[in-house]
Amino acid sequence: MLKRIVYLFCLVCVIVACSSSDDSSDDNTDNFDRTALLTNYADNIILPALENFQSKVSALDVARGNFINAINQTNLDLLSDAWLEAYSAWQYVGIYNIGLAETLTGNENGFRAYFNVYPVSTALIESAAETNASYNLNADAYFAAQGFPALDFLIHGITDSDITPLDKFTSNSKSNGYVNYMTDVQSQINSRTTAIVNDWQNTFRDEFVANTSSSATGSINKIVNDYINYYERALRANKIGTPAGNFSAGQTFPDKVEAFYKNNVSKELALLSLDAVQQFFNGEAFGNTANSGASLASYLDALDHTELKNDINAQFEVARQQIQSLNSSFSQQVINDNTKMTQAYDALQGAVVLLKVDMASVLDIQIDFVDNDGD
Amino acid sequence: MKRILNNENPFFCFMRNTLNTYFKTETSAAPLAVFRIGFGLMMVLSIIRFWSYGWIEKLYINPKFHFSYYGFEWIKPIGNYTYILFFICGFAALFVAFGFKYRLAIVTFFLSFTYIEFMDKTTYLNHYYFISVLSFLMCFLPANAYYSLDNLIRKKHYNKIPKWTIDSIKLLLGIVYVYAGLAKINSDWLFKAMPLKIWLPSKYDLPLLGETLMQQHWFHIAMSWSGMLYDLCIPFLLLYRKTRWFAFALVVFFHVFTRVLFPIGMFPYIMIISALIFFDAKIHERILNVFRRVFKTIKTKTFKPQIYKYKNQNLILPLLALFFAIQLLLPFRYLTYPNELFWTEEGYRFSWRVMLMEKTGYAEFKVVDGKTKNSFVVNNSDFLTAFQEKEMSTQPDFILEYAHFLGQHFASQGHKNLEVYVDSYAALNGRRSQRFIDPKVDLLKLTESFKPKNWILPFKDEIKGL
Repeated sequence: MLKRIVYLFCLVCVIVACSSSDDSSDDNTDNFDRTALLTNYADNIILPALENFQSKVSALDVARGNFINAINQTNLDLLSDAWLEAYSAWQYVGIYNIGLAETLTGNENGFRAYFNVYPVSTALIESAAETNASYNLNADAYFAAQGFPALDFLIHGITDSDITPLDKFTSNSKSNGYVNYMTDVQSQINSRTTAIVNDWQNTFRDEFVANTSSSATGSINKIVNDYINYYERALRANKIGTPAGNFSAGQTFPDKVEAFYKNNVSKELALLSLDAVQQFFNGEAFGNTANSGASLASYLDALDHTELKNDINAQFEVARQQIQSLNSSFSQQVINDNTKMTQAYDALQGAVVLLKVDMASVLDIQIDFVDNDGD
Repeated sequence: MKRILNNENPFFCFMRNTLNTYFKTETSAAPLAVFRIGFGLMMVLSIIRFWSYGWIEKLYINPKFHFSYYGFEWIKPIGNYTYILFFICGFAALFVAFGFKYRLAIVTFFLSFTYIEFMDKTTYLNHYYFISVLSFLMCFLPANAYYSLDNLIRKKHYNKIPKWTIDSIKLLLGIVYVYAGLAKINSDWLFKAMPLKIWLPSKYDLPLLGETLMQQHWFHIAMSWSGMLYDLCIPFLLLYRKTRWFAFALVVFFHVFTRVLFPIGMFPYIMIISALIFFDAKIHERILNVFRRVFKTIKTKTFKPQIYKYKNQNLILPLLALFFAIQLLLPFRYLTYPNELFWTEEGYRFSWRVMLMEKTGYAEFKVVDGKTKNSFVVNNSDFLTAFQEKEMSTQPDFILEYAHFLGQHFASQGHKNLEVYVDSYAALNGRRSQRFIDPKVDLLKLTESFKPKNWILPFKDEIKGL
């Protein structure tokens, strides 16, 4: 009798297994090629963006050299142009806090701490340039006094004792200090950039593509975490939310926008950042968006979540339109009509939920993975 | 005839006699001794493992805030003394394994382990609850009757103990399995193969199976159904002698398989060791002989074997009857709540609902000055660890408790007319996310209770089943 029950039990399992296999023919199984996904991300998106950034950083360095050799307004304007070019290129690489970049700092902003912490601390810069006190750009305290925001102040800002931005390099009694500080900031950008790009080119590209592991340390898990972290923190909060007062009881901060001293490019930079985010999502090649490959979007398609993919893209579009409707200077926007700024924030926020909850859930991505038992 | 005339129901009479006889039946003490040793050693290993991974610090010392169980808010980690607590717990487990000062050791273990589990409900796991419940039961069992250090100290050992003591452990294991099986009888698990349909394909890098079976829809369905059938049947297959070995092989296979797939720590091994209790005393004697060979110098056989008799069995039996009644009823408490159990999680814990949900959430808190309407958004990572934030964002009682913590925190910073709102979303078993908590409700005006939480927005789908 009991044997029969055992047989029956096995039989039921087999029947269940077989009968349900019949209706699986129309069900798309996940034979998604993760190597193709990682290869597309590495070769068509991340590396080209990094190499483009590196070349813009080199051009920036050349412009800085020209300016120091002949300190005049024309060269300062050329330096400003090169700075904006490089800053724009930066918007496409800030996401990739992975590989060597990830190991550079324990800061919550990752390697972005070396490139784009704002508002910049003018006090730190002025004291570094105007006194003989030593400073260390690798120290955490100086994250707010280097990278593009520091150059922004040096190129476009005016110190208390000056009248024009150029003065700090000419008439200012400590002009040498400012020249030196600018050189130090630039060489920090140069060396960090070179190190990261070299790492990608020499070893990390292969490591990244090969690490198809499903674990929390696998490339997909890590890059998606970086991606969402960038979107939530660097784009949504830093570029829009913080100046709009979303984190400060309605108190707005026109001075906490990106590129505050240049001032009229914060929208431009935010839009580029959103482009980078959306192109990454859809797997569109850097510099050639018509050419797209395996991506988070096609991964969602493969899992029959095309609707979610469309919703995410639609939400990105809503956010883009909101941002496009803003003043090219977010400072002005915050001062004139902060409501539109908070609307842009809300539009960006809509995609946070879609990415962090819906997408992470169906892709089984652990957000902020913590090593612990489950049950 | 006479008894019927005496107005006694013959059925109850028969039952009473049967029960009386049952509770007087004796059996070999060896299975309980082996169980004690296995349990104690597994617990020692668990504690050491927990400590070696740095989890004591990470889970109980580093966080600035801890989530408490309703009514047990006074149980908190005790700073660096928490290490001592784990130390005590580990030593108590070792004493249990050796059967040394058993009664004191198992009571200490139960209290310290349960205290640890109550320090922060973020870490709630069904298998921790299982350990607490099992160690509570073991406080009442003569697990040191045989092959224990206590035998040497008291210079007597018992080779026979009441049969019901061993059966009570089997009953508890049976409840755990059967209830876990019952919980799987729902439309998500059986017909949508959720959440396995999400979890298994993500194990694509498993050798051989990863790109093949793990990706097949029929396999997800098959796993769901066989998981349910396994849980429902395994206690009975273990009970019946003829299927026992087959069942044990299934136990080993099932738990090892789940261990490969999911990060479930020591639990599979604990369940495998526990399942040994179903075997005959002969098997356990053989296991003990292995120990006897290792510890040759210690001779217990010099004492005359005795039969263990409870002095207060009439007190203990009703108490354990109550204990089991609670075990049987508690998982069904969710029926008293109107909304979808998986969504609100009212009555979800302490019910052997294991691996039933893939639930992801997002909760952003807004602190508002009620008068000026000025508001700001809270950065959760200022107060919570990533793990706490993850657990908080899908469980309403966590959200409420955290909101109150935020209220207190910002009040102490001098903020006035405080109101706390939450913008929260959750996605359950592959469904799209939907708003979770009513965003218009000031959470500071709510208090935790066992009443239905009507501020959780209704689930826009239906999950049929138990």
